[in-house]
Parts: sequence; structure tokens; C-alpha cells
Amino acid sequence: MLTRRRTIFAMACAALLPGAPARAQDKAQHVIASFSILGDLVKNVGGERLQVGTLVGPNGNAHVYAPSPGDAKSVADAKLVFVNGLGFEGWIDRLVKASGTKAPIIVATKGIKPRERAGAGGHDHDHGPADPHAWQSVANAKVYVANIRDALIAADPAGKDVYAANAAAYLAKLDALEQEVRDVIAKVPADRRRVITSHAAFGYFQDAYGVRFTAPQGVSTEAEASAKDVAAIITQIKKQKIPAVFLENVTDPRLVQQIARETGAKIGGTLYSDALTDAKGDATTYIDLIRHNLKQLAAALES
Amino acid sequence: MPVSMLYDFFIAPFADFEFMRRALAGTLALALGAGAIGVFLMLRRMSLVGDAMAHAILPGAAVGFLLSGLSLVAMTAGGFIAGCVVALLTGFVARTTELKEDAALATFYLLSLALGVTIISLKGTNIDLLHVLFGNVLALDDQTLLLIAVNATITLVVLALIYRPLVIECVDPGFMRSVSSAGGPAHFAFLVLVVVNLVSGFHALGTLLAVGIMMLPAAIGRFWARDVTLMVLIATASGAAAGYAGLLLSFHTGVASGPAIILVAGALYVVSLLFGRVGGLVRQAFPGRHLEA
Repeated sequence: MLTRRRTIFAMACAALLPGAPARAQDKAQHVIASFSILGDLVKNVGGERLQVGTLVGPNGNAHVYAPSPGDAKSVADAKLVFVNGLGFEGWIDRLVKASGTKAPIIVATKGIKPRERAGAGGHDHDHGPADPHAWQSVANAKVYVANIRDALIAADPAGKDVYAANAAAYLAKLDALEQEVRDVIAKVPADRRRVITSHAAFGYFQDAYGVRFTAPQGVSTEAEASAKDVAAIITQIKKQKIPAVFLENVTDPRLVQQIARETGAKIGGTLYSDALTDAKGDATTYIDLIRHNLKQLAAALES
Repeated sequence: MPVSMLYDFFIAPFADFEFMRRALAGTLALALGAGAIGVFLMLRRMSLVGDAMAHAILPGAAVGFLLSGLSLVAMTAGGFIAGCVVALLTGFVARTTELKEDAALATFYLLSLALGVTIISLKGTNIDLLHVLFGNVLALDDQTLLLIAVNATITLVVLALIYRPLVIECVDPGFMRSVSSAGGPAHFAFLVLVVVNLVSGFHALGTLLAVGIMMLPAAIGRFWARDVTLMVLIATASGAAAGYAGLLLSFHTGVASGPAIILVAGALYVVSLLFGRVGGLVRQAFPGRHLEA
């Protein structure tokens, strides 16, 4: 009787402590990524060996996210915590401290040269000077993948071969994706490569692929646009004959619609910036997201 | 030369940009209804009711958004229903039990807020709800403008109908109860108007500051007039002036538009507080000769 009770007790303990060493070998490692796009990259490198949770889910806005107690718990339980860095998740430091986690915090943008923010209105937020949306350039995503691979190997040496093989396969896909982006953009005449979006998230895309983006807000979605900013954008669209205005999946579309109404610029589809879509949407993975944006851009800019 | 500079500063922003004209039309329509509502709230010592009610409406609008997305109709209806339910329950409790109106309102608006936050978190989206729930004064489309205008019209018509009972109840509630039973219905109708104007304010001003375009002009009116009608006129005029000047401020300095409008109203309030003819501070310190009869 006694032994059986003990067994049950031990099982209960094991169930309550997901990171318990006795079960770590046969169970998938539990890691956390701060937002959905990063989560997808981690999943692609980790494959079967990882169980990846994300804090800010699909269609969520990581700029102004308010973590829940459940988030603190999953951070506390995680073996690794992946964040974007560059000031993207302003709330992550407090969350990590509050959760008391021992997990190493892996900054996925390590080694990427940060782009200086160039918001239309020159607003200042608690973001600091760097533009955090580095994943909008596929070349940067490859750096993310390398960082993720190295961190996983360091944390789980037993899975080294798996991680290296997954990362290599995924990097090859990203290479193909990057070539695809360059080919499509090359077909658009250089003087039509101009776009307005509702939030300046595409600076890295602009630098990498030569499509010029302008936004009525600064880099963060937190600031409310002023009449001055909106007037400046409308004047600019009219003067430079910018052909298309885009919406995003995380900010208020009404402002962009007003600008389109007033200038006669075409409203392109939705460009996805900071989050993947849920299963119903057409950007459930990072590669789909870039392809989707590319398709929307090409459709709006080719006349 | 100076004339063209004046034109550039005061007129050109509205002449050149359609969104500025729309914003101006929206704030003027809003001031038209909100001024009168604010004056009656103030006279009935319910100045903070607007703020509490705004919080009660918010969850309703959020639920409307969750059910059918960024739809003006659904969000307006949701906010309106939530506001009316809270107003009716508050009125019912205040008039039938020992609990006073302020306490009853506090309980119900907090419940509404808590319920709204719960429903949103159950649904589990983390879309930037604050951006969505509030409109933006710079992005008023035809539908929203129409809604604000209709709301202002309804407000003025209904106010005209319930004006007498409302004024009498403000001045002498005991007398009102002894001569007529219209006090209760008039009060309910008035509360519904408060809700209607707050919903408009959300769409137009884009923040909780919607309450500001109601209460600040009313307080301004109080410093310049003793007569209720004149007070309403002054409140409406100062609300409209604040809307126009606030948009100009936002256009020339780059401050966010909603807060700019309320800040201008606040500046007008400070001037009135100091120099107002009725109980202004300077007036009190230096009463001067009595010129009026």
C-alpha cells in the first residue's frame, strides 16, 4: 500500500513540475517566445524536440501588450525565453523579474545592426532609438535562426544534430524566399516603389529591398497621430504621387482609410507587420507572412 | 501680407485638407449637444456622472467590437445598451431604495467595467483595443459624422421637450415632485441623452476625454451666466471654439488632436475662473461698481 501511495505521490510531483530532471529526457523541451513570428522561427529550428509557447499570440500587438499571470507562469516554467530585443517588448524585463524564472533570456536580434528609427512625426516613445522590426528583412531572419540554433544547442546539447539539421533546412528556405522577394520587387518600376502604412514597421524591408515606406505614426503604435502629421503625409502623397496606402493587422485602419479617401491613393490589402494571423488568416508562418506582404505590395504597385 | 498670414494660420488648414474639415464638423456637432448636457449635469451636481458613465459604456463598445469587428453600428449599439442599462438600474435603485444615486451608479458602472474586461479576456484577443474602441477625430468617415450629427439632433430635440421639468427639478426638486410626475421620466430621458453624447464623444474625440467636451464648457458657462439658457449657449459656444482652436493647435504644433481640444477648453476654463462675471476670482476680489440692475 505504502509503495503505491508513494508512486502516486511521485507521479503527481512529476506532473506538477514540468522541468523535473527525471522527465526532461523523454519529454519535449518547453520554451517561450515573446511573440508569434519569433515563435514560428523557434518552432522551425526546434521541430519535434521543442514545445514552443508564445506570449503575444496571433494578431496581437506586442508594443502595448499587458502580460497575464498565466504568462508569468509559462515564463517561470520555460527552459529558454526567446525575445526580439531592440526594445520591442518593453514589458519583458518586468515579466521576467516577476516570474522569477531561471531560464536564460535569448535575444534573437543579437548581431543585427539596428536601424535608426525614422518615424514621420519624430515622436519619442519608451522604445529607445532602435527600430525593433528587424524580421521584416529576410536576411535578418537568418540571423535570428542562427541565434536560435546556437542557443538551443547550448541549452540541450543532446539535440545538437537535430537543431543543426532543422536550421540548415530552414535557412535554405529563407534563402529561396529572399531571392523571391528580390525578383518580385525588381519587376516594379523604381519610381513606383513608394507606400504608406499605418505604422512604421517596414524600415528593414525598405533598406533591404528598396521599397520606400512612410507612416503617419512613429515606429510604435502607442502614439496618437496629430493633425500636423496627417497633413504632412497627405501633402507628401499628393506631391510624390505615391500609388498605394496599406493597412496593417494591428492598428486602427480608419486613419489610413481617411488618407486614401483624401488623396485618391489606392488602398492595398493588409500588410502584416508585428504578428502572424490565426489559423483562419493567410500568414500563419513567417514565410507565409513575407510572401503575403510581397504579393500585396506587388499587386498595389504594379499599375 | 498679414491678411494672407492670418488666412494661412486660421483658414488654410481647413480649406486645404478634407480631414480637417471633417474633424471640425464632428467637433462642432459634438459641442452642440454636449454643451447643454454638461450644463444640466453640472446643475444637478452630477458632474462626475459623465466620467463614470463613460467607463460603463466602454465595455459595451468592446463587446460590440468582439462580436462583429470594427463595425460602427455594433460598437455604438453595444456602448449605448451598456450605458442605458447602467443608467436605468442606477435610477431604479436610487429612487426605490436607501442607496443614493452616486453610490448606485458607482456599483453598476464598476460591475459593467469588470464584466467588460472579463468578456474581453475570455475572448483572448489582445488587439490594441484602446485604439479600436475610440475613434479618431482625424479619421471621421461619412458614417461616423452622420452618427454624431444624428445624436446631436436627437439631443437638442429631446432636451427641448423635457426642458421645463428638467430645469424645475434642478432648481427645486421638492416643488417639482408636488406639482408633476414628469420628473422621473425626464430624468431617465436625460440620462439616456448623456449616454448618447458620450458614445458620440468616443467616436469624435478618440479618448475618455470625451467627457471633457461636456463638462469643461459647462463649467465655463457657469462663470459667465446665471440664467440657464444663457449658460447653455455659452457652454455650446466655448465647446465649439475649443474644438476649432484645438484642431488648429494640433495642426500647427503636432500635439495629438483629442487632448489638444480638451487643453484649449481647459485654458478657456482657467480664464473664466479668473475673470468670469459670475463669481470669477478676480471679480470676487475687486467687486467694482454694480452696473447691472
